Amino acid sequence: MSQGFSIPRFKLPALVASLGARLPQWPHSLALATGLNAAARIGLLPADSLALLEGRSFLVEVLDAGGQARFTYRDGLFRPLWKAPKSPETPDLSFSANLSAFLQLLARQEDPDTLFFSRELSIVGDTELGLVIKNMLDAIELPQLPNLAAFRS
Amino acid sequence: MSRTPVPELICPAGSLPALKAAVDHGADAVYLGYRDDTNARNFAGLNFDRKAMLEGLRYAQSRQRKVLMAINTFAQPGRVADWQRAVDGAADLGVDAVILADIGLLDYASRRHPELRLHLSVQGSATSYEAVNFAHREFGVRRAVLPRVLTLAQVETVIRNTAVEIEVFGFGSLCVMNEGRCWLSSYATGESPNTVGACSPAKYVKWEKSPGEMSTRLNGILIDRFGDAEPAGYPTLCKGRFEVNGDTYYALEEPTSLNVLEVLPEIAAIGVAAIKVEGRQRSPAYVAQVTRALRAALDELARNPDHFHVKPAWQAELAHVSEGSQVTLGAYNRPWR
Repeated sequence: MSQGFSIPRFKLPALVASLGARLPQWPHSLALATGLNAAARIGLLPADSLALLEGRSFLVEVLDAGGQARFTYRDGLFRPLWKAPKSPETPDLSFSANLSAFLQLLARQEDPDTLFFSRELSIVGDTELGLVIKNMLDAIELPQLPNLAAFRS
Repeated sequence: MSRTPVPELICPAGSLPALKAAVDHGADAVYLGYRDDTNARNFAGLNFDRKAMLEGLRYAQSRQRKVLMAINTFAQPGRVADWQRAVDGAADLGVDAVILADIGLLDYASRRHPELRLHLSVQGSATSYEAVNFAHREFGVRRAVLPRVLTLAQVETVIRNTAVEIEVFGFGSLCVMNEGRCWLSSYATGESPNTVGACSPAKYVKWEKSPGEMSTRLNGILIDRFGDAEPAGYPTLCKGRFEVNGDTYYALEEPTSLNVLEVLPEIAAIGVAAIKVEGRQRSPAYVAQVTRALRAALDELARNPDHFHVKPAWQAELAHVSEGSQVTLGAYNRPWR
Protein backbone atom coordinates (compact mmCIF):
# COMPACT_ATOMS: atom_id res chain seq x y z
CA MET A 1 0.00 0.00 0.00
CA SER A 2 2.82 2.40 0.79
CA GLN A 3 4.65 3.64 -2.23
CA GLY A 4 8.05 4.30 -0.70
CA PHE A 5 8.63 1.25 1.43
CA SER A 6 7.41 -2.29 1.21
CA ILE A 7 7.98 -5.46 3.13
CA PRO A 8 9.43 -8.10 0.80
CA ARG A 9 8.31 -11.69 0.81
CA PHE A 10 10.99 -13.67 2.65
CA LYS A 11 11.44 -16.85 4.64
CA LEU A 12 13.64 -17.15 7.69
CA PRO A 13 16.31 -19.89 7.60
CA ALA A 14 15.14 -23.27 8.86
CA LEU A 15 17.51 -23.01 11.80
CA VAL A 16 15.44 -20.13 13.21
CA ALA A 17 12.31 -22.27 13.35
CA SER A 18 14.09 -25.17 15.01
CA LEU A 19 15.57 -22.84 17.63
CA GLY A 20 12.37 -20.81 18.02
CA ALA A 21 10.26 -23.88 18.65
CA ARG A 22 12.50 -24.82 21.59
CA LEU A 23 12.10 -21.45 23.31
CA PRO A 24 9.31 -20.85 25.81
CA GLN A 25 6.19 -19.64 23.94
CA TRP A 26 4.48 -17.75 26.76
CA PRO A 27 6.21 -14.41 26.05
CA HIS A 28 4.61 -14.28 22.57
CA SER A 29 1.18 -14.98 24.02
CA LEU A 30 1.64 -12.37 26.73
CA ALA A 31 2.88 -9.74 24.27
CA LEU A 32 0.03 -10.34 21.82
CA ALA A 33 -2.66 -10.33 24.52
CA THR A 34 -1.22 -7.13 26.02
CA GLY A 35 -1.20 -5.42 22.62
CA LEU A 36 -4.78 -6.44 21.86
CA ASN A 37 -5.95 -5.24 25.27
CA ALA A 38 -4.27 -1.89 24.67
CA ALA A 39 -6.08 -1.60 21.32
CA ALA A 40 -9.42 -2.53 22.92
CA ARG A 41 -8.90 -0.06 25.79
CA ILE A 42 -8.48 2.93 23.51
CA GLY A 43 -11.62 1.94 21.61
CA LEU A 44 -9.96 0.69 18.41
CA LEU A 45 -11.86 -2.61 18.52
CA PRO A 46 -15.65 -2.36 18.20
CA ALA A 47 -17.63 -3.80 21.13
CA ASP A 48 -20.07 -5.76 18.97
CA SER A 49 -17.21 -7.66 17.33
CA LEU A 50 -15.40 -8.23 20.63
CA ALA A 51 -18.54 -9.79 22.09
CA LEU A 52 -18.36 -12.49 19.40
CA LEU A 53 -14.91 -13.55 20.64
CA GLU A 54 -16.03 -14.28 24.21
CA GLY A 55 -14.67 -17.59 25.50
CA ARG A 56 -13.05 -18.58 22.18
CA SER A 57 -9.43 -19.72 21.90
CA PHE A 58 -6.94 -18.60 19.26
CA LEU A 59 -3.57 -19.70 17.99
CA VAL A 60 -1.21 -17.53 15.94
CA GLU A 61 1.67 -19.53 14.55
CA VAL A 62 4.70 -17.95 12.88
CA LEU A 63 5.97 -20.92 10.90
CA ASP A 64 9.48 -19.82 9.93
CA ALA A 65 10.19 -18.34 13.36
CA GLY A 66 8.93 -21.41 15.21
CA GLY A 67 6.86 -19.17 17.49
CA GLN A 68 3.30 -19.62 18.70
CA ALA A 69 0.92 -17.44 20.64
CA ARG A 70 -2.20 -18.84 22.26
CA PHE A 71 -4.80 -16.60 23.80
CA THR A 72 -8.46 -16.25 24.58
CA TYR A 73 -10.92 -13.41 25.19
CA ARG A 74 -12.89 -13.57 28.42
CA ASP A 75 -14.78 -11.00 30.50
CA GLY A 76 -13.59 -8.08 28.40
CA LEU A 77 -9.89 -8.99 28.30
CA PHE A 78 -7.55 -10.87 25.99
CA ARG A 79 -5.72 -13.45 28.12
CA PRO A 80 -2.71 -15.57 27.24
CA LEU A 81 -3.26 -19.32 27.37
CA TRP A 82 -0.43 -21.15 29.14
CA LYS A 83 -0.36 -24.31 27.11
CA ALA A 84 2.67 -26.20 25.95
CA PRO A 85 3.24 -25.76 22.18
CA LYS A 86 2.44 -29.39 21.52
CA SER A 87 -0.75 -29.24 23.54
CA PRO A 88 -3.37 -31.52 22.00
CA GLU A 89 -6.19 -29.08 22.70
CA THR A 90 -7.41 -27.64 19.39
CA PRO A 91 -8.02 -23.90 19.37
CA ASP A 92 -11.26 -22.54 17.91
CA LEU A 93 -9.25 -20.69 15.30
CA SER A 94 -5.64 -20.92 14.07
CA PHE A 95 -3.73 -18.57 11.81
CA SER A 96 -0.41 -19.77 10.46
CA ALA A 97 1.99 -18.05 8.08
CA ASN A 98 5.62 -17.04 7.75
CA LEU A 99 6.82 -13.88 9.45
CA SER A 100 6.88 -11.83 6.22
CA ALA A 101 3.19 -12.55 5.56
CA PHE A 102 2.19 -11.46 9.07
CA LEU A 103 4.25 -8.29 8.71
CA GLN A 104 2.65 -7.55 5.33
CA LEU A 105 -0.80 -8.00 6.89
CA LEU A 106 -0.02 -5.76 9.85
CA ALA A 107 1.34 -3.05 7.56
CA ARG A 108 -1.81 -3.31 5.40
CA GLN A 109 0.43 -4.04 2.47
CA GLU A 110 -1.38 -7.26 1.60
CA ASP A 111 -4.96 -8.40 1.87
CA PRO A 112 -5.53 -11.64 3.84
CA ASP A 113 -7.61 -13.13 1.00
CA THR A 114 -4.67 -12.55 -1.38
CA LEU A 115 -2.33 -14.39 1.00
CA PHE A 116 -4.94 -17.09 1.47
CA PHE A 117 -5.41 -17.61 -2.31
CA SER A 118 -1.64 -17.89 -2.75
CA ARG A 119 -1.48 -20.29 0.22
CA GLU A 120 0.84 -18.06 2.24
CA LEU A 121 -1.71 -17.73 5.05
CA SER A 122 -3.61 -20.67 6.44
CA ILE A 123 -6.76 -20.42 8.54
CA VAL A 124 -8.12 -23.49 10.27
CA GLY A 125 -11.10 -23.78 12.59
CA ASP A 126 -14.20 -21.61 12.90
CA THR A 127 -14.28 -19.70 9.61
CA GLU A 128 -16.86 -17.17 10.77
CA LEU A 129 -14.73 -16.35 13.80
CA GLY A 130 -11.86 -15.77 11.38
CA LEU A 131 -13.99 -13.27 9.45
CA VAL A 132 -14.91 -11.43 12.65
CA ILE A 133 -11.23 -10.99 13.50
CA LYS A 134 -10.19 -10.05 9.97
CA ASN A 135 -12.96 -7.49 9.64
CA MET A 136 -12.32 -6.12 13.14
CA LEU A 137 -8.66 -5.52 12.31
CA ASP A 138 -9.52 -4.06 8.87
CA ALA A 139 -11.88 -1.52 10.42
CA ILE A 140 -9.23 -0.06 12.71
CA GLU A 141 -8.29 3.45 11.67
CA LEU A 142 -4.52 3.50 11.79
CA PRO A 143 -2.80 6.79 12.51
CA GLN A 144 -1.39 8.36 9.36
CA LEU A 145 2.17 7.20 8.90
CA PRO A 146 4.71 9.66 7.57
CA ASN A 147 5.42 9.27 3.88
CA LEU A 148 8.66 7.32 3.94
CA ALA A 149 9.35 8.13 0.30
CA ALA A 150 9.69 11.77 1.26
CA PHE A 151 12.71 10.96 3.39
CA ARG A 152 14.54 9.25 0.58
CA SER A 153 15.32 12.12 -1.73
CA MET B 1 -5.08 18.65 -23.49
CA SER B 2 -8.36 17.06 -24.52
CA ARG B 3 -9.50 14.03 -22.63
CA THR B 4 -11.83 11.35 -23.92
CA PRO B 5 -14.67 10.51 -21.56
CA VAL B 6 -14.01 7.23 -19.75
CA PRO B 7 -16.28 5.20 -17.44
CA GLU B 8 -16.51 6.13 -13.78
CA LEU B 9 -14.58 3.90 -11.41
CA ILE B 10 -16.80 2.45 -8.66
CA CYS B 11 -14.88 0.82 -5.79
CA PRO B 12 -15.90 -1.38 -2.85
CA ALA B 13 -15.81 -0.29 0.79
CA GLY B 14 -16.40 -2.83 3.53
CA SER B 15 -14.92 -0.58 6.19
CA LEU B 16 -13.98 3.06 6.72
CA PRO B 17 -10.26 2.44 6.01
CA ALA B 18 -11.26 0.69 2.74
CA LEU B 19 -13.46 3.66 1.79
CA LYS B 20 -10.61 6.07 2.42
CA ALA B 21 -8.22 3.85 0.44
CA ALA B 22 -10.64 3.92 -2.52
CA VAL B 23 -11.05 7.69 -2.39
CA ASP B 24 -7.33 8.32 -1.90
CA HIS B 25 -6.39 6.11 -4.85
CA GLY B 26 -8.80 7.62 -7.34
CA ALA B 27 -12.26 6.03 -7.15
CA ASP B 28 -15.02 8.24 -8.59
CA ALA B 29 -17.52 6.57 -6.27
CA VAL B 30 -17.56 4.00 -3.51
CA TYR B 31 -20.32 1.56 -2.64
CA LEU B 32 -21.05 0.33 0.85
CA GLY B 33 -23.73 -1.21 3.04
CA TYR B 34 -25.16 -1.37 6.56
CA ARG B 35 -24.03 -3.96 9.10
CA ASP B 36 -27.04 -6.19 8.45
CA ASP B 37 -28.75 -8.44 5.92
CA THR B 38 -30.06 -5.59 3.76
CA ASN B 39 -26.91 -5.90 1.64
CA ALA B 40 -25.30 -8.79 -0.23
CA ARG B 41 -22.03 -8.69 1.73
CA ASN B 42 -23.51 -9.32 5.16
CA PHE B 43 -20.38 -10.79 6.75
CA ALA B 44 -19.56 -10.83 10.46
CA GLY B 45 -17.84 -7.60 11.48
CA LEU B 46 -17.98 -6.07 7.98
CA ASN B 47 -19.70 -2.87 6.79
CA PHE B 48 -20.74 0.42 8.32
CA ASP B 49 -22.51 1.42 11.50
CA ARG B 50 -24.09 4.87 11.58
CA LYS B 51 -20.99 6.61 12.92
CA ALA B 52 -18.68 5.09 10.28
CA MET B 53 -21.29 5.82 7.58
CA LEU B 54 -21.41 9.51 8.50
CA GLU B 55 -17.62 9.78 8.51
CA GLY B 56 -17.40 7.88 5.22
CA LEU B 57 -19.95 10.16 3.54
CA ARG B 58 -18.13 13.23 4.81
CA TYR B 59 -14.76 11.93 3.65
CA ALA B 60 -15.92 11.00 0.14
CA GLN B 61 -18.37 13.80 -0.59
CA SER B 62 -16.04 16.54 0.66
CA ARG B 63 -13.63 15.27 -2.01
CA GLN B 64 -16.36 15.33 -4.70
CA ARG B 65 -16.66 11.54 -4.80
CA LYS B 66 -19.99 9.76 -4.68
CA VAL B 67 -21.27 7.29 -2.12
CA LEU B 68 -23.66 4.58 -3.33
CA MET B 69 -25.46 2.48 -0.76
CA ALA B 70 -26.18 -1.15 -1.60
CA ILE B 71 -29.53 -2.34 -0.21
CA ASN B 72 -29.49 -5.19 -2.64
CA THR B 73 -30.94 -8.22 -0.89
CA PHE B 74 -34.60 -9.18 -1.09
CA ALA B 75 -36.97 -8.15 1.70
CA GLN B 76 -37.81 -11.28 3.69
CA PRO B 77 -41.34 -12.28 4.74
CA GLY B 78 -42.53 -10.41 7.82
CA ARG B 79 -39.55 -8.05 7.77
CA VAL B 80 -40.29 -5.76 4.83
CA ALA B 81 -40.12 -2.75 7.15
CA ASP B 82 -36.41 -3.43 7.85
CA TRP B 83 -35.61 -2.92 4.16
CA GLN B 84 -37.85 0.14 3.91
CA ARG B 85 -36.11 1.66 6.94
CA ALA B 86 -32.75 1.03 5.28
CA VAL B 87 -33.91 3.03 2.24
CA ASP B 88 -35.30 5.81 4.45
CA GLY B 89 -31.99 5.92 6.32
CA ALA B 90 -29.99 6.17 3.10
CA ALA B 91 -32.18 9.04 1.90
CA ASP B 92 -31.76 10.84 5.25
CA LEU B 93 -27.99 10.40 5.18
CA GLY B 94 -27.78 12.00 1.74
CA VAL B 95 -26.15 9.19 -0.20
CA ASP B 96 -25.74 9.86 -3.93
CA ALA B 97 -27.73 6.76 -4.91
CA VAL B 98 -29.11 3.52 -3.53
CA ILE B 99 -28.46 0.22 -5.30
CA LEU B 100 -31.61 -1.93 -5.11
CA ALA B 101 -32.60 -5.33 -6.46
CA ASP B 102 -36.05 -6.04 -4.97
CA ILE B 103 -38.88 -4.75 -7.17
CA GLY B 104 -41.09 -4.10 -4.16
CA LEU B 105 -38.35 -2.01 -2.60
CA LEU B 106 -37.73 -0.13 -5.87
CA ASP B 107 -41.44 0.71 -5.88
CA TYR B 108 -41.31 1.86 -2.25
CA ALA B 109 -38.18 3.98 -2.81
CA SER B 110 -39.52 5.64 -5.96
CA ARG B 111 -42.80 6.60 -4.25
CA ARG B 112 -41.46 7.58 -0.84
CA HIS B 113 -38.25 9.30 -1.97
CA PRO B 114 -38.80 10.62 -5.51
CA GLU B 115 -35.57 12.64 -5.29
CA LEU B 116 -33.43 9.63 -4.40
CA ARG B 117 -31.35 8.32 -7.30
CA LEU B 118 -31.97 4.60 -7.90
CA HIS B 119 -29.53 2.09 -9.36
CA LEU B 120 -30.62 -1.41 -10.28
CA SER B 121 -28.30 -3.88 -8.54
CA VAL B 122 -26.63 -6.73 -10.37
CA GLN B 123 -28.71 -8.93 -8.02
CA GLY B 124 -31.79 -7.58 -9.84
CA SER B 125 -30.49 -9.65 -12.75
CA ALA B 126 -31.56 -7.46 -15.66
CA THR B 127 -29.84 -8.96 -18.70
CA SER B 128 -31.88 -7.33 -21.48
CA TYR B 129 -32.79 -3.77 -22.43
CA GLU B 130 -36.45 -4.67 -21.93
CA ALA B 131 -35.74 -5.44 -18.27
CA VAL B 132 -33.67 -2.27 -17.85
CA ASN B 133 -36.31 -0.13 -19.54
CA PHE B 134 -39.01 -1.66 -17.36
CA ALA B 135 -37.08 -0.59 -14.24
CA HIS B 136 -36.71 2.88 -15.73
CA ARG B 137 -40.35 3.24 -16.72
CA GLU B 138 -41.83 1.88 -13.49
CA PHE B 139 -39.38 3.16 -10.87
CA GLY B 140 -37.27 5.82 -12.58
CA VAL B 141 -34.08 3.77 -12.29
CA ARG B 142 -31.17 5.86 -13.60
CA ARG B 143 -28.46 3.21 -13.79
CA ALA B 144 -28.39 -0.57 -14.10
CA VAL B 145 -25.54 -2.89 -13.18
CA LEU B 146 -25.44 -5.76 -15.66
CA PRO B 147 -24.73 -9.36 -14.66
CA ARG B 148 -21.34 -10.59 -15.76
CA VAL B 149 -22.77 -13.29 -18.00
CA LEU B 150 -23.19 -10.89 -20.95
CA THR B 151 -20.70 -10.62 -23.81
CA LEU B 152 -19.47 -7.18 -24.85
CA ALA B 153 -21.71 -7.32 -27.93
CA GLN B 154 -24.72 -8.00 -25.71
CA VAL B 155 -23.76 -5.14 -23.38
CA GLU B 156 -23.59 -2.87 -26.42
CA THR B 157 -27.07 -3.95 -27.54
CA VAL B 158 -28.47 -3.04 -24.12
CA ILE B 159 -26.75 0.38 -24.18
CA ARG B 160 -28.08 1.18 -27.70
CA ASN B 161 -31.64 0.49 -26.64
CA THR B 162 -31.93 2.29 -23.33
CA ALA B 163 -31.58 5.74 -21.82
CA VAL B 164 -30.48 4.19 -18.53
CA GLU B 165 -26.78 4.41 -17.68
CA ILE B 166 -25.09 1.03 -17.79
CA GLU B 167 -22.51 -0.14 -15.27
CA VAL B 168 -20.50 -3.35 -15.72
CA PHE B 169 -18.00 -5.22 -13.62
CA GLY B 170 -14.38 -4.34 -14.31
CA PHE B 171 -12.48 -6.38 -11.80
CA GLY B 172 -13.03 -8.93 -9.06
CA SER B 173 -13.70 -12.46 -8.06
CA LEU B 174 -15.72 -14.28 -10.67
CA CYS B 175 -18.53 -16.74 -9.97
CA VAL B 176 -20.99 -18.43 -12.32
CA MET B 177 -21.97 -14.89 -13.36
CA ASN B 178 -25.68 -15.54 -12.95
CA GLU B 179 -26.06 -12.97 -10.20
CA GLY B 180 -29.42 -12.81 -8.49
CA ARG B 181 -30.57 -16.10 -9.98
CA CYS B 182 -27.95 -18.53 -8.67
CA TRP B 183 -29.25 -21.42 -6.55
CA LEU B 184 -25.92 -23.05 -5.69
CA SER B 185 -25.46 -21.50 -2.25
CA SER B 186 -29.11 -22.21 -1.36
CA TYR B 187 -28.70 -25.79 -2.54
CA ALA B 188 -25.75 -26.38 -0.22
CA THR B 189 -26.71 -24.28 2.80
CA GLY B 190 -30.30 -23.07 2.46
CA GLU B 191 -28.96 -19.49 2.43
CA SER B 192 -27.97 -17.19 -0.41
CA PRO B 193 -27.00 -13.58 -1.20
CA ASN B 194 -30.63 -12.77 -2.02
CA THR B 195 -31.97 -14.08 1.30
CA VAL B 196 -29.32 -13.57 3.99
CA GLY B 197 -26.81 -11.35 2.19
CA ALA B 198 -24.01 -13.88 1.81
CA CYS B 199 -23.06 -16.57 -0.68
CA SER B 200 -21.92 -19.74 1.09
CA PRO B 201 -21.94 -18.12 4.57
CA ALA B 202 -18.78 -18.60 6.65
CA LYS B 203 -20.54 -20.56 9.39
CA TYR B 204 -20.94 -23.44 6.90
CA VAL B 205 -17.30 -23.40 5.78
CA LYS B 206 -14.61 -25.71 7.14
CA TRP B 207 -10.96 -25.73 6.07
CA GLU B 208 -9.31 -28.98 7.01
CA LYS B 209 -5.51 -29.20 7.04
CA SER B 210 -3.75 -32.48 6.70
CA PRO B 211 -0.12 -33.17 5.76
CA GLY B 212 0.44 -31.98 2.18
CA GLU B 213 -3.13 -30.84 1.48
CA MET B 214 -6.10 -28.75 2.53
CA SER B 215 -9.75 -29.69 2.06
CA THR B 216 -12.69 -27.29 1.88
CA ARG B 217 -16.15 -28.28 3.00
CA LEU B 218 -19.37 -26.29 2.64
CA ASN B 219 -22.04 -27.60 5.01
CA GLY B 220 -20.30 -30.97 4.86
CA ILE B 221 -20.04 -31.09 1.05
CA LEU B 222 -16.43 -31.54 -0.10
CA ILE B 223 -15.80 -28.60 -2.44
CA ASP B 224 -12.14 -28.98 -3.23
CA ARG B 225 -8.82 -30.39 -2.08
CA PHE B 226 -5.64 -28.38 -2.66
CA GLY B 227 -2.03 -29.53 -2.65
CA ASP B 228 0.25 -27.27 -0.60
CA ALA B 229 1.51 -25.40 -3.66
CA GLU B 230 -1.87 -25.04 -5.43
CA PRO B 231 -3.63 -21.67 -5.37
CA ALA B 232 -6.96 -21.63 -3.50
CA GLY B 233 -10.31 -19.94 -4.07
CA TYR B 234 -13.45 -19.04 -2.17
CA PRO B 235 -15.37 -22.00 -0.70
CA THR B 236 -18.37 -21.88 -3.03
CA LEU B 237 -19.91 -24.69 -5.07
CA CYS B 238 -19.15 -22.89 -8.33
CA LYS B 239 -15.40 -22.93 -7.52
CA GLY B 240 -15.33 -26.62 -6.61
CA ARG B 241 -13.72 -29.55 -8.35
CA PHE B 242 -16.15 -32.38 -9.00
CA GLU B 243 -16.11 -35.79 -10.55
CA VAL B 244 -18.04 -35.72 -13.81
CA ASN B 245 -18.08 -38.81 -16.05
CA GLY B 246 -14.90 -40.11 -14.46
CA ASP B 247 -12.92 -36.84 -14.65
CA THR B 248 -12.33 -34.59 -11.66
CA TYR B 249 -12.11 -30.90 -12.60
CA TYR B 250 -13.56 -27.42 -12.14
CA ALA B 251 -16.89 -28.36 -13.66
CA LEU B 252 -18.59 -24.96 -13.17
CA GLU B 253 -16.03 -22.16 -12.83
CA GLU B 254 -12.38 -22.01 -11.83
CA PRO B 255 -11.16 -19.88 -8.91
CA THR B 256 -10.35 -16.76 -10.91
CA SER B 257 -10.94 -13.03 -11.10
CA LEU B 258 -12.44 -10.95 -13.88
CA ASN B 259 -10.09 -8.32 -15.28
CA VAL B 260 -11.20 -6.05 -18.15
CA LEU B 261 -8.00 -4.05 -18.71
CA GLU B 262 -7.47 -5.57 -22.15
CA VAL B 263 -10.92 -4.54 -23.38
CA LEU B 264 -11.08 -1.18 -21.62
CA PRO B 265 -11.05 0.82 -24.91
CA GLU B 266 -14.01 -1.22 -26.23
CA ILE B 267 -15.88 -0.79 -22.95
CA ALA B 268 -15.44 2.97 -23.14
CA ALA B 269 -16.28 3.08 -26.87
CA ILE B 270 -19.66 1.34 -26.53
CA GLY B 271 -20.69 3.87 -23.89
CA VAL B 272 -20.44 2.05 -20.57
CA ALA B 273 -21.06 4.67 -17.87
CA ALA B 274 -19.15 3.03 -15.05
CA ILE B 275 -17.04 0.03 -14.17
CA LYS B 276 -17.37 -1.62 -10.81
CA VAL B 277 -14.76 -3.37 -8.71
CA GLU B 278 -16.00 -6.37 -6.75
CA GLY B 279 -14.79 -7.02 -3.21
CA ARG B 280 -16.43 -5.30 -0.24
CA GLN B 281 -15.31 -8.35 1.78
CA ARG B 282 -11.68 -7.57 1.07
CA SER B 283 -9.20 -5.44 2.98
CA PRO B 284 -8.09 -1.82 2.53
CA ALA B 285 -4.86 -3.15 0.97
CA TYR B 286 -6.79 -4.81 -1.89
CA VAL B 287 -8.97 -1.75 -2.44
CA ALA B 288 -5.87 0.45 -2.67
CA GLN B 289 -4.06 -1.89 -5.06
CA VAL B 290 -6.99 -2.41 -7.44
CA THR B 291 -8.18 1.20 -7.40
CA ARG B 292 -4.66 2.45 -8.12
CA ALA B 293 -4.17 0.11 -11.10
CA LEU B 294 -7.58 0.80 -12.67
CA ARG B 295 -7.32 4.56 -12.10
CA ALA B 296 -3.96 4.58 -13.88
CA ALA B 297 -5.43 2.57 -16.77
CA LEU B 298 -8.52 4.80 -17.12
CA ASP B 299 -6.40 7.97 -16.99
CA GLU B 300 -4.13 6.56 -19.67
CA LEU B 301 -7.17 5.73 -21.81
CA ALA B 302 -8.53 9.27 -21.37
CA ARG B 303 -5.21 10.81 -22.42
CA ASN B 304 -4.38 8.44 -25.21
CA PRO B 305 -7.49 6.63 -26.48
CA ASP B 306 -6.03 5.62 -29.84
CA HIS B 307 -2.80 4.16 -28.53
CA PHE B 308 -3.89 2.55 -25.30
CA HIS B 309 -1.61 -0.23 -24.13
CA VAL B 310 -2.06 -2.26 -21.00
CA LYS B 311 1.02 -1.77 -18.84
CA PRO B 312 2.51 -4.96 -17.39
CA ALA B 313 2.69 -3.29 -13.96
CA TRP B 314 -1.13 -2.88 -13.86
CA GLN B 315 -1.67 -6.48 -14.92
CA ALA B 316 0.84 -7.72 -12.36
CA GLU B 317 -0.80 -5.76 -9.56
CA LEU B 318 -4.26 -7.06 -10.46
CA ALA B 319 -3.16 -10.68 -11.00
CA HIS B 320 -1.43 -10.60 -7.62
CA VAL B 321 -4.67 -9.96 -5.68
CA SER B 322 -6.82 -12.27 -7.82
CA GLU B 323 -8.65 -15.33 -6.66
CA GLY B 324 -6.69 -18.45 -7.58
CA SER B 325 -3.96 -15.94 -8.54
CA GLN B 326 -5.29 -15.78 -12.12
CA VAL B 327 -7.50 -13.48 -14.20
CA THR B 328 -9.90 -13.86 -17.12
CA LEU B 329 -11.95 -11.70 -19.48
CA GLY B 330 -14.96 -13.70 -18.30
CA ALA B 331 -17.95 -13.61 -20.63
CA TYR B 332 -16.90 -10.41 -22.37
CA ASN B 333 -15.04 -12.25 -25.10
CA ARG B 334 -16.91 -15.55 -25.08
CA PRO B 335 -18.66 -16.61 -28.25
CA TRP B 336 -21.94 -17.61 -26.61
CA ARG B 337 -25.21 -15.80 -27.21
